[in-house]
Amino acid sequence: MSTESFTPEPTESIDLQRRSVLKHGGLAIAFLWLGGTGAASAMMSARRQPADTAAAMADGNPPFAPNAFIRIDSEGPVRLVMPSVEMGQGIYTGCSMLLAEELGVGLDQIKVEHSPPSDDLYGIPALGGQITGGSTSTRATWSVLREAGAVARSMLVSAAAVKWHVDPATCTVDRGVVHHAPSGRSATFNELADVAGRLPMPDKVQLTDPKDFKLIGKPIRRVDAADKIKGATQFGLDVRVPGMKVATVKACPTFAGKLASVDDKAARKLPGVVDVLRLDNAVAAVGEHFWAAKKGMEALVIEWDRGVNANLTTQQLQDAIADSARNGKGIVARDDGERPQGTLVQSEYSSPMLAHATMEPMNCTVHVTHDQCEIWTGTQVPMRAAQEAAKITGLPIEKIVLHNQYLGGGFGRRLETDWVEQAVALAKQVPYPLKVVWTREEDIGQDHMRPMYHDVISAVLDASGKPIWYGYRTSGGSVLARFAPGAMGKDGLDSDAVECVVETPYDIPKAHVEWIRHDMPPGFIVGWWRGVGPTHNLFVVESFIDELANHAKKDPLEFRRALLQKNPRALGVLNLAAEKIGWGGQPLPARVGRGIALGDPFGSHVCVIVEAEVTPQGEVRLRKVVAAIDVGIAVNTSSIEAQVQGGVLFGLSAALYSGLTIKNGAVEQSNFNNYRVLRINETPVVEVHRVVNTQAPGGMGEVGTAIAAPALANAIFAATGVRLYQLPVDRNLLVQSPDALKSVASAAAPERRETA
Amino acid sequence: MLSLSVNGQSYPVDVPDDMPLLWVLRDVIGLTGTKFGCGIAQCGACTVHLDGQAVRSCVLPVGAIGNRAITTVEAVGNTPAGQKIQQAWLDVDVVQCGYCQSGQIMSAAALLAHTPNPSDDDIDAAMSGNLCRCATYVRIRAAVKQAATGKIEILQTIGSAPEGAAS
Repeated sequence: MSTESFTPEPTESIDLQRRSVLKHGGLAIAFLWLGGTGAASAMMSARRQPADTAAAMADGNPPFAPNAFIRIDSEGPVRLVMPSVEMGQGIYTGCSMLLAEELGVGLDQIKVEHSPPSDDLYGIPALGGQITGGSTSTRATWSVLREAGAVARSMLVSAAAVKWHVDPATCTVDRGVVHHAPSGRSATFNELADVAGRLPMPDKVQLTDPKDFKLIGKPIRRVDAADKIKGATQFGLDVRVPGMKVATVKACPTFAGKLASVDDKAARKLPGVVDVLRLDNAVAAVGEHFWAAKKGMEALVIEWDRGVNANLTTQQLQDAIADSARNGKGIVARDDGERPQGTLVQSEYSSPMLAHATMEPMNCTVHVTHDQCEIWTGTQVPMRAAQEAAKITGLPIEKIVLHNQYLGGGFGRRLETDWVEQAVALAKQVPYPLKVVWTREEDIGQDHMRPMYHDVISAVLDASGKPIWYGYRTSGGSVLARFAPGAMGKDGLDSDAVECVVETPYDIPKAHVEWIRHDMPPGFIVGWWRGVGPTHNLFVVESFIDELANHAKKDPLEFRRALLQKNPRALGVLNLAAEKIGWGGQPLPARVGRGIALGDPFGSHVCVIVEAEVTPQGEVRLRKVVAAIDVGIAVNTSSIEAQVQGGVLFGLSAALYSGLTIKNGAVEQSNFNNYRVLRINETPVVEVHRVVNTQAPGGMGEVGTAIAAPALANAIFAATGVRLYQLPVDRNLLVQSPDALKSVASAAAPERRETA
Repeated sequence: MLSLSVNGQSYPVDVPDDMPLLWVLRDVIGLTGTKFGCGIAQCGACTVHLDGQAVRSCVLPVGAIGNRAITTVEAVGNTPAGQKIQQAWLDVDVVQCGYCQSGQIMSAAALLAHTPNPSDDDIDAAMSGNLCRCATYVRIRAAVKQAATGKIEILQTIGSAPEGAAS
């Protein structure tokens, strides 16, 4: 941090009203990240829509299908169709709870199904389509799924009342059975399905009073766990289609490069190798099984035309983006007029490109025939994937049959459709069904990576060291501009790039925030990565708030508290986390520190405190993490804990270890040996504490990830006095003294001699 | 022609000797519970048991197996340790995306079979070869302990064990 002094002058009065109007910016932005791009018809509904008839027909034509989410047959479990996709975040359980609560069934009486591609039936209105992302699923379905359950229940009760000639108000529902106590009659949902299916839709339905909830707000086991622990869950990679061959693929490692030539003579002679297929920028070896395909790939002699990025390095990318942040013309996201007088302090931060590295590598199975294209894959965007397949095959969209699968991790990677497009383009060349499986090396080398960022953050302080203005110039590529160009804001502003910095939880009256669009070189496609814009911005803002506290010689907790007197929900999570970790209690050992980070990403409020130890050699050991969360109404408290724990650790993993670097225009990392991620032996206790209230539900899946890195950086500062301006953590900066390394070197020396 | 003993059943397979067991299980025999994650024994998603020992099947050539008994996640529930581990996984509600969990369960079951009362360090040592990108590690630790002791590991936030469907 650099410091500059100005003559202090009294601050002017604050326009608080305007601020409070904008206070919901973060939430609105999160909801509107794709707003305006999707079809106006993209809208899920609690009641039957025109598209429902065909969807129900394709789903076994059950006698009772009152909407896109509920199917009741004459026998068997109630089938619930999930609007969002399951990638670990627990949404199949959450959505089932919302439906089952109002429908009146137990979760042991249901079976969940993946939804088919349809923006009309499963589109999230704020995202403009059938998209699972932006931590929007619970927020978007909280009302509509309960209503959908209530509509179905109302019709089943009416069916019983019609059959029995009784007043529906005298009937009750319990675990899939309608009872009429006065006459002692009862009928199961299965028995009533046929009659219910012929009744008109009710206009208004009564939703359960929250005090009577049987499921919502409780810790409920996941509906997908029983299969997952037996290896019985089918992920995309597990799809097996009769007659199928397996391909593995290699695209030009240098981004934007092309396939120049490939000699496949040796490969084609190998046992089990079936075919070698070519695309503009890639080659695929096809085998009877993956191993044959992989051996075939290794036997290919491939020449690449490396193109414009042939000599590109990370350093060049970093220099260019830093120059943009310092000197580029920005698009103004917030401007409160002239910067006030006072002490000006400024810092620069940078964040690396990141891979998603989902445990299940990208894969897609496709069978293209003359009049149909059938696809099996795990995707966060079923409809977009089907639309891309229609473009590539030239088939009409209704001839694309996409079977979504359980996702072996998403993290934003499966919001893309590149691997589906590639698999369709390959499968189009062959008569048999083709399963395309990426190696881990391909998965990391051809990721649509989290963009790199460079930021200049500044503040004007009053005489007490309190910020009265902040400035932010952030430079990075835009995911939104490619993913949903229509959602770009005024003057071409990418709202995601400045989320959680245009508005902060703190009472800082004035700000100037700019985004400097810095497109990456051709072929470098940047993508959504868990926590999106907030993950990067909160690292910068919350690290800098810590710097300001240190500059003011204040305790980081007290410094934040003083700025949160008008924000009770933020103050609530801060105080809860501080209390639970025992902030300011027993003194900590040497080189152990605690770091606070606070934010309100995705419509929730969160505070994380990390306790870390830094060894004299600069290694960081996580000792403990305490998270306090205010998500408003909780659907599944067990899921909330799991998402905060997993989300925080995902963020800490990246901050500690992860970064993609570039040489010759290609990613240097290839697998988990050199793209390191967190392991169990590096995992601390992660406590999660919840502020209980009845506010509308906030987002959950990305909140922990977004707030993790600054808490770690602040803990490392507390432990060592070293401020980290760049991620991932550079251990060289944390070495206590050169002697500390010498002792390690001498200890290791005998071993080296033995092996020499 | 090799003969493999998988989950108590004998499978004749006509594959090259250097083909890793993982792909024989998945693409030839059709047991897809064992997962592919890295191909270089870095992530543990492919863990199976060979005569009760946890091994990474993605780097194990089938030609090297001989007549040793292979157990996969599909059948590990038939062993006492595997049954305890799977039940604890449900009770603690460990899984998220679930892709790595076949391997986690195989490593945990092997640990419990050989070390009935593992310490935190034992758990870290036995489980550090299994990556989980959802980072379910906190609950994995709790579930291994619960499987070992039979004592309910209470989740921190919620104060009671999850209830509901997946029992």
